[in-house]
Amino acid sequence: MSKPNIQLDNNGRLKHFLTIDGLKREMLNEILDTAESFTGVSERVVKKVPLLRGKTICNLFFENSTRTRTTFEVAAKRLSADVLNLNVSTSSTTKGETLLDTLRNLEAMHVDMFVIRHSDSGAAHFFATHAAPHISVINAGDGQHAHPTQAMLDMFTIRRHKGEFTGLRVAIVGDILHSRVARSQILALNTLGTSEVRVIAPRTLLPPDPRTMGVHVFHDLEEGIKDVDVIIMLRLQKERMTGALLPSEHEYFQLYGLTEKRLKAAKPDAIVMHPGPINRGVEMDSQVADGPRSVILQQVSFGIAVRMAVMSMTMGTQAQGAAAR
Amino acid sequence: MQAEAIEGLITEMAQAIKTRLEVQQATEPAMIGIHTGGVWLAERLHRLLNIEQPLGTLDISFYRDDFTRIGMNPKVKPSQIPFEVEDRHIILVDDVLQTGRTIRAAMNEIFDYGRPASIILATLVERSGRELPIQPSIVGVRPPLTHEQQITLTGPDPLNLIIGTSKQETRGTS
Repeated sequence: MSKPNIQLDNNGRLKHFLTIDGLKREMLNEILDTAESFTGVSERVVKKVPLLRGKTICNLFFENSTRTRTTFEVAAKRLSADVLNLNVSTSSTTKGETLLDTLRNLEAMHVDMFVIRHSDSGAAHFFATHAAPHISVINAGDGQHAHPTQAMLDMFTIRRHKGEFTGLRVAIVGDILHSRVARSQILALNTLGTSEVRVIAPRTLLPPDPRTMGVHVFHDLEEGIKDVDVIIMLRLQKERMTGALLPSEHEYFQLYGLTEKRLKAAKPDAIVMHPGPINRGVEMDSQVADGPRSVILQQVSFGIAVRMAVMSMTMGTQAQGAAAR
Repeated sequence: MQAEAIEGLITEMAQAIKTRLEVQQATEPAMIGIHTGGVWLAERLHRLLNIEQPLGTLDISFYRDDFTRIGMNPKVKPSQIPFEVEDRHIILVDDVLQTGRTIRAAMNEIFDYGRPASIILATLVERSGRELPIQPSIVGVRPPLTHEQQITLTGPDPLNLIIGTSKQETRGTS
């Protein structure tokens, strides 16, 4: 971690937001605190502040997404920025345009920020490395690497309900091996000083040595969620079934599906989270998803505030660079 | 300036606001303080004037006109306006009026909550250095200060006005 973090500018402020890796606890807290002050904006008559007026933000999605893209779009609009939505899977790359060509063309349209989702790990880093110096890049999910804004909105939701991270026991359930969400969550939870982070998954959906990630490993759901404060269910990607990593959805639910009955093992005030969209009857049954412990829809609302925070913080450093010139 | 003298100024300001509201026939007013010094001051005025509506607070960080130059203030506090702004008489309170840019930003933010019937501006200190055509309605004190001198309110308890000569206060756009 001694190499310079390209996410930070010369003053140590957030310039790009690509991964939780390498960011200090103070920075994560600054994002959470800033997000806190943005939550009020969404509840007002005029749901807009003029902070990024005249800026152009490009949502560049090489992978399908509804929720993430929409909340980034809403966040940008509530900051008064102009938004360009590009679903590139249906666009130029199918005509043979390279990632760098795409970047150069959008730069020529004077875009100030890229929000990028791509199936290749490292795509957002590539953009941040090659983009003109005044441009900020936010990673909206790259391959199996990272999804830092999702992790931060989860941290925000946990902090809202539980306060401090010290003393908390958090369990992440599901496909840890392929999940960029889980990877970012584990980094964020540990950076923020969570007392115990647990992962609960079948062996086929765990990396070879999960303990190096700073987690406790469980293979049994009820044992794993015993006395936890927070349960994070991950989305099960259907294509894992075809990869022979899992026998069937039905069997997965039998072993790892969260039900009211199983939830009793957790603390009585434990909250249940899910990055969405939920496969009802696979990761959890509807009773839990719509029940009093579920904070899944709050995660969506908080996602807007967190993305507003990250966008304004990174654009703010861009401004500083301009003044220095 | 010491705490006791400042509390005296605040009492006079409260009286002046009361008179002003009567002349204007402004009933059921509400008060908004601007973070941070303005809120300390507003808490006292709000108590002295016995205003029925709960006190509102504004952090104008999202409305600053120098965001593109200095970036995000890392210590933004949430704005809270716990009453209907539409058609209400608003008393806007800040500690020091200098350039007028904070007040412009605050008024823009207030209008995003609704269209007030009127706004009157009360500041503890009015000083030279205006860059926008904004004048206070109620003023506690007008100290003669040179361009280099900075005046800062410290608090919340006790309140103190401190005059310094350093120019390193980059966020001073009162």
